[in-house]
Amino acid sequence: MRLWRRTRGTGDRPLQAPSGMTVRDLVNEALGGLFARPGRTVLTVIGTVVGLAALVATLGLSRTAGHRIVGRFDELAATEIVVTPKPSAASVAVDALPWDAPERVGRLNGVAAVGNLSTLNVGSRLVAGSALNDPQSPTAFKLTVSAASPGLFGAVRADLRTGALLNEAHSQRADRVAVLGPNAASRLGITRIDHLPAISIGDDIYLVIGILDGVARQPDLLGAVIIPEGTAQRYYRLQNPAIVVVETEIGATSLVARQLPLALRPDNPRSLKVVSPPDPRRVRDAVQNDLDLLFLILGGVSLLVGAIGIANVTLVSVIERTGEIGLRRALGASRRHVGQQFLLESTTMGFVGGIVGASVGTVVVVVVSAYQNWTPVLDPFAPLLAPVVGGLTGLVSGTYPAIRATRLAPVEALRSGT
Amino acid sequence: MVSPADVVPADDTVGDDTPTDAAAIRFDELSTVPFVPAVVELAAIGKRYDSVPPVHALVDVDLVVGSGDWVAVVGPSGSGKSTLLNILGCLDGYTSGSYRFDGIEVADLTDKERAGLRSRGIGFVFQSFRLLAHRTVTENVMLADVYRKAPWGSRRQRAADALEKVGLGHRADFVPTQLSGGEQQRVAIARALMGSPRLLLCDEPTGNLDSTTTATLLALFAELNQQGMTMVMITHERDVAERALRQVRIVDGRLTEVW
Repeated sequence: MRLWRRTRGTGDRPLQAPSGMTVRDLVNEALGGLFARPGRTVLTVIGTVVGLAALVATLGLSRTAGHRIVGRFDELAATEIVVTPKPSAASVAVDALPWDAPERVGRLNGVAAVGNLSTLNVGSRLVAGSALNDPQSPTAFKLTVSAASPGLFGAVRADLRTGALLNEAHSQRADRVAVLGPNAASRLGITRIDHLPAISIGDDIYLVIGILDGVARQPDLLGAVIIPEGTAQRYYRLQNPAIVVVETEIGATSLVARQLPLALRPDNPRSLKVVSPPDPRRVRDAVQNDLDLLFLILGGVSLLVGAIGIANVTLVSVIERTGEIGLRRALGASRRHVGQQFLLESTTMGFVGGIVGASVGTVVVVVVSAYQNWTPVLDPFAPLLAPVVGGLTGLVSGTYPAIRATRLAPVEALRSGT
Repeated sequence: MVSPADVVPADDTVGDDTPTDAAAIRFDELSTVPFVPAVVELAAIGKRYDSVPPVHALVDVDLVVGSGDWVAVVGPSGSGKSTLLNILGCLDGYTSGSYRFDGIEVADLTDKERAGLRSRGIGFVFQSFRLLAHRTVTENVMLADVYRKAPWGSRRQRAADALEKVGLGHRADFVPTQLSGGEQQRVAIARALMGSPRLLLCDEPTGNLDSTTTATLLALFAELNQQGMTMVMITHERDVAERALRQVRIVDGRLTEVW
């Protein structure tokens, strides 16, 4: 009898069968709720858009910038090794570095260029470009005078503006010739060498045979007068090279750095100090971790602000739509149905914010990179994950408002005006 | 809660109570099966709020509404009319007595089952219409189908049918704000009729309407009733109450039959 009665509802389901909601209905109602107030929805979504755009853009830019920094390391620092005598060994440093260091090092595998470099003690001797005494402005300057082996110019990647570089013959003959760094040349007023300009260091006359355009390493050379090692030995009593500059093949630095002391001083390898770049991979990680952390915090804060925005608007929406909640309960919605709808609304806002944010962030990375002439580098997971993060943000933000909506008793909800 | 065994069977109540006889006869004439339970059977329903001191919103309310009946509930404000309507609509619980809807003991149902019963068994009409302002008339009517997993294919057609029934077929694509109060209430009625409910519950359906509109709306209600719709209607207005087949009055939570 009871069974028979129970089957008298509409359709084939008993009257008191639990109410239900299809996914399509749920999606439809949630979207309906969002589109009912499009302006507000858009404004709410903007918070998440800004947050996630900032996150994606900062991630992308930090990766791009990090790549660029690593690129610079790769080019120069990562292939440079400088050998000096240890300061503690200075007292016995009379023969710390051998004159034939370039030959010894050049035999090692992975060495691209090598040269000696020493800064000469010229005392109070000034360098002058011309014999003319101009009372208005000084014509003699205190300039660095360096002695270089021929291979040094390759090791510091010197570009020659004009003339020629020092060679082995100059050194053997102890010729009084010099190559000028670009800054030294401009101070001395020398721009061309076709009229065989001469300079004086103290009372000695030197013929300028070349002017550099720039150097990639040892920037002191930019303002220096560079003379052959043999000349420095003869006239300035240079005892030993001060440093050995080595350029290696990419990736060979750690190997070469291990072998260098033994190659230079088999008798006392410990008297040498080898400065080689840190492992490039570690450099990249360190740089990137610093940048990423900062940027992630920034993006996270913006995202949090967006989340609070969604939570706020959803809460207002629940309060505002109390009457609608009452109506829905009267139409058969269970607590769960009401909660689901609000959760889906907030999640959708977050998700859409994520999609738009990822797009905006990617565009920002590309535009900034284009402006800076960088290569944009972006992990694919960043833009792909952004909608997921946005959706989760919306879900979390909507939880409290949805619970509030769920807790409303139908009678209470219907009592509220609209 | 009173167990079903304690509840007086519906037939006895009908037999003892002369005013409901008319309804019972009508009910028998209409029925095509030998026994059909009354749509609503309230037996000794009480509603107490545990405030200090306790408030007795309803005291020992007995009410039987047979299929095809039209009951108007009148009474001063604060007398318990709304409480009664909320209990009838399974929106609110009661603290004593028994309520059987279409033979089903409501107290035995879970929250979800009561929600299901609301969606399939009861149509609500509110004083303030409660239409969603951003949706068209048709969409508002179709909202009734959302919580009973009704097939999508037939919704629009059935909404159109329901709108035709209340005489608003030509307003299907309007939004509520473009309609007059009377038209809005007709949309709400169409929404309530959408699922062919067993009972139409109206809370002051004409409370926001002028007298001309009230008259046309009453004509609509009468027509629905003649087609067999069971209705319980709360009202302040005497002329509305007088159109009903039965009138009951609630004063201080006690229900008495007027006629």
